[in-house]
Amino acid sequence: MINIAIIILGIVMIFSAIYAFRTKKIINSIIASGAISLIVSVIFIILSAPDVAMTEASIGSGLTTIVFLFALGKARSKIDSKGGKDD
Amino acid sequence: MIRTVLIYATLILMVIIFFPLLSEIKPLSQLNPLAKRYVEDSTKNLNSPNIVTSIVVTYRGLDTLGEVTVLFLATTGIGFLIKRRKKNGEKGAFQASEILQTGSLFLFPIIILFGTYIFLHGHLTPGGGFQGGVLIASASVLLIMANVNIKLNHTVLHFIESLSGFLYVIIGTIGLFLLGSFLDPKFLPLGKFGSLFSAGAIPIIYSLIGLKVGAELTNIVDSLRAEGMEDEK
Repeated sequence: MINIAIIILGIVMIFSAIYAFRTKKIINSIIASGAISLIVSVIFIILSAPDVAMTEASIGSGLTTIVFLFALGKARSKIDSKGGKDD
Repeated sequence: MIRTVLIYATLILMVIIFFPLLSEIKPLSQLNPLAKRYVEDSTKNLNSPNIVTSIVVTYRGLDTLGEVTVLFLATTGIGFLIKRRKKNGEKGAFQASEILQTGSLFLFPIIILFGTYIFLHGHLTPGGGFQGGVLIASASVLLIMANVNIKLNHTVLHFIESLSGFLYVIIGTIGLFLLGSFLDPKFLPLGKFGSLFSAGAIPIIYSLIGLKVGAELTNIVDSLRAEGMEDEK
């Protein structure tokens, strides 16, 4: 039962990873990589490692995603204001 | 087209490389000698029910100090690289809705409390300084993201960070002087097994790590936000 759950979560993870690099929109890939971390933390809980799961959920799917979003917003505002030029 | 094929071919090759590792895993029937010593010593001599914590803080304490130092250097690097100006241009920033703002203000103290609980009970329940600190940082991130106009006091954050790092090393040195080994937490009374004030200095060390990690990560995210704000003006 546990093995089946882990295998299903693993397959979802692989597909979201493929989606993350196949998709055209950057924001979709950021969300997909956050989802991967979330699934990893669920797997850590199943494997009875709650402390690792806590770290993974908050750093992997929380802080990393937000830092990526900040970077994306910054890049976007630069492109909008300066016509794609980077200084 | 050929790029896509190459990417998938690399993925399949990686599966082929890593599959033998996975198939050769055998469940352990008994602990190896080092693990056995850790498990016995941590319940007997350190009075800490959470063996992971006693390994991270005591037996591998120097590694933890190294990790904290790496995090500190990362924060310092970000602080150097991202220039912070006095005026933040919040005028053009997107305002969150009333519900989100009120909800985040309501949730913020509760998440902070939960993070504090996790690092104070690091020697009793799963989790510890890093997890608690990260939770505190994510509470601050929620506050920062939902309330655009809020300003964090960076002096206080830097002060908390430096003070807790300093006290961490001081506690390690006290262990060195009193008991002869760096970061030995046994110089404080070990207390009753399973109570909050037990396991020597482990709760103190983990609280300091929690404060340090929380302040550092909050600082990083807020620096990034301030930089983003600057450009939107």
